[in-house]
Amino acid sequence: MSDMHPDQSIALQASGIASAQPVSRSQPIIPGSKDDGTLSEDPGLRAPLVIGDRSFDDVTNIVCGYAEAPMPKIWLTAFTIAASVAAIANAMIFYLIITGVGVWGLNNQVDWAWDITNFVFWIGIGHAGTLISAILCLLKQNWRTAVNRAAEAMTIFAVICAGIFPGIHVGRAWMAWFLAPVPNANGIWPNFRSPLLWDVFAVSTYATVSLLFWYMGMIPDVATLRDRAALRLHKGVSRGFKMPMPLGDGLALHFMPRPDQLRVLIYGIMALGWRFSSRHWHRYEKAYLMLAGISTPLVLSVHSIVSFDFATSVIPGWHTTIFPPYFVAGAVFGGFAMVLWLLIPLRMVLPNFSDLLTLRHLENMAKIILLTGTMVGFAYSMEFFMAWYGANEYEFAVFANNRVNPAQAPYWWAYWTMITCNVLFPQVFWFRKMRQNPLVIWIVASAVTVGMWFERFVIIVTSIHRAFLPGEWHMFYPTWVDILTFVGSCGIFMTLFLLFLKFLPIFALSELKIVMPQSHTDDHH
Amino acid sequence: MDIKSLINDAKSLGADYFPMLLRKSAPKFVTESGNAVYGIVAEFSETPKVFKAAKQVRDAGYTKWDVHTPFPIHDMEEAMGIKTTKLPLMAGAAAVTGVCIAIVLQWGTTMVLYPTLVQGKPFDAWQPFVPIMFELGILLTAFMCIFGMLALNGLPRFHHPLFSHERFYRVGNDRFFIAIESNDPNFDPIQTKKLLEEAGGSDITLIEDVD
Repeated sequence: MSDMHPDQSIALQASGIASAQPVSRSQPIIPGSKDDGTLSEDPGLRAPLVIGDRSFDDVTNIVCGYAEAPMPKIWLTAFTIAASVAAIANAMIFYLIITGVGVWGLNNQVDWAWDITNFVFWIGIGHAGTLISAILCLLKQNWRTAVNRAAEAMTIFAVICAGIFPGIHVGRAWMAWFLAPVPNANGIWPNFRSPLLWDVFAVSTYATVSLLFWYMGMIPDVATLRDRAALRLHKGVSRGFKMPMPLGDGLALHFMPRPDQLRVLIYGIMALGWRFSSRHWHRYEKAYLMLAGISTPLVLSVHSIVSFDFATSVIPGWHTTIFPPYFVAGAVFGGFAMVLWLLIPLRMVLPNFSDLLTLRHLENMAKIILLTGTMVGFAYSMEFFMAWYGANEYEFAVFANNRVNPAQAPYWWAYWTMITCNVLFPQVFWFRKMRQNPLVIWIVASAVTVGMWFERFVIIVTSIHRAFLPGEWHMFYPTWVDILTFVGSCGIFMTLFLLFLKFLPIFALSELKIVMPQSHTDDHH
Repeated sequence: MDIKSLINDAKSLGADYFPMLLRKSAPKFVTESGNAVYGIVAEFSETPKVFKAAKQVRDAGYTKWDVHTPFPIHDMEEAMGIKTTKLPLMAGAAAVTGVCIAIVLQWGTTMVLYPTLVQGKPFDAWQPFVPIMFELGILLTAFMCIFGMLALNGLPRFHHPLFSHERFYRVGNDRFFIAIESNDPNFDPIQTKKLLEEAGGSDITLIEDVD
């Protein structure tokens, strides 16, 4: 907007197409405290979900502004780092495919290690998005509107990262199509009685449904972006293409089309010609509700089926009936931690973000972390109790000698890292002050993310590194390829998430407007 | 033979077999410039006002009209008199189809095409087939929810007469519009305009249907 007369930019803001961030009309922070006015414990008062006395126009300008105005410089730094790390993952996958799975630290005893740990870790993170959009939708939790879009995006990206590992761990990656029931020259079919094949169907269904759910929710919002870009082109106020640079202003590239022209084209195709018709909204809301209804059992089924990969085997430490609910609780736990870990820094980086994602939202999510963390802690203790009570000496040995006891278990540090991060850290959320402090929440979220990775590592590696005969006992040591593939998958995840922040509506705009008081049809509110 | 006559041939062939795609009745109303009239659009700035106006338009007996709002307004289908969509029924049919596909796929391949004995488990055990029956049922339901919704809505449709109205570009932001189509039997350029004025609409505009 810098190349424009100030009067013109005020006129544009008045006509609702400028991307400048609006200033809030009321001071959101209550003087002398960190309370933003959403933390009232009075049950008679409903905490506002959008603060700062915003109009519909303000909210549109805030959310669309993230995709239209240049991102803060830190975005470019973060993107450069994330994309470089993602490139490492690609190099590692290429190296693995041209060489073979021997480049990982697997041995005859530990034939599943970081690959499946990473798979379960990422697929677990992917569960929060669908949980927020589906289960919280059915439970009429209106606060979900502030986080559902970002959480769904995170789901898609986490499932992409998850999908990489089973695809490449099969050894001959070019034979991965044998997973699909396709007629082939051998006349043989996949084994439908195997949980590993159920997993193929569960994860691919989950990826498809999450992607469609995410996209469907975005249709009205990209239509808004399309209309704003079209209006700017109509009025002749769109800016030229500027390549973002690490320092100073962007580099103007005159041979490129204007960003608004690209927006009209790309968002226009994505929006499918959505014109905000109430007849369409009626079917849209029905479809959304049904998708929420079917996604709820879906999200529960996916991690249950992932846990069947282990639970239906006869390996001590895996062969337990508690796995499905335990895995689902852990997935929700890890997923919410990742949502908080990603969104809390954005409150500082992006303007007005904290007016849409209030302290109340963070507190609610901290409560879910506490609940699911305690469920996971209960599952850990129950698992241990049943290993003792079941009187199966091999089962008990897996726990006592392979995991818990530092004197005998070489992986005791992994087990106790898991307990500390997943069970002890969330307990701070019993205290109100801690639940309401974004820094504390962020630290706990980081700990939980680490702890959930270790949970999968403990389940997988400590159970199989010692078989029934001591002669079969082997330790697992990751190679540099193992480590860099995992680090690289984090880069892929962050790259995709940063691209999402820049180019797509990161809040569910039309849903945010529903929870604002101006959306009511009578004047009493 | 030139391109134009080829297109005409194709059009007449299409008219024979797919009349619903091509037949266009002569426009009832035409503007001074000779373009067909799509309808009349009125603008509203607040939710309660557009909600009240929608009830008035419904009570006046219009059927081919629509309210365009930045977000779905609660109870608007009632205020507009929209019948509940058949989408849930279609989704149910899709769920049954998905489960049937899974049954045929799993029994067909493991018992008929290449009978495989796995871990000594009986051939006719149905339990291991449940997860995939469930997943395929969900998958097809989700497809029907989204693609069925789009199809019933007539989307994707990248051009619409309303997009020629510049004020309409604020519908995704904070403006509400009521559009009454000219092919509504009750449509009358003067009476309809008057109704929308009385209902509290501003910037009432006649929209042309330009191909």
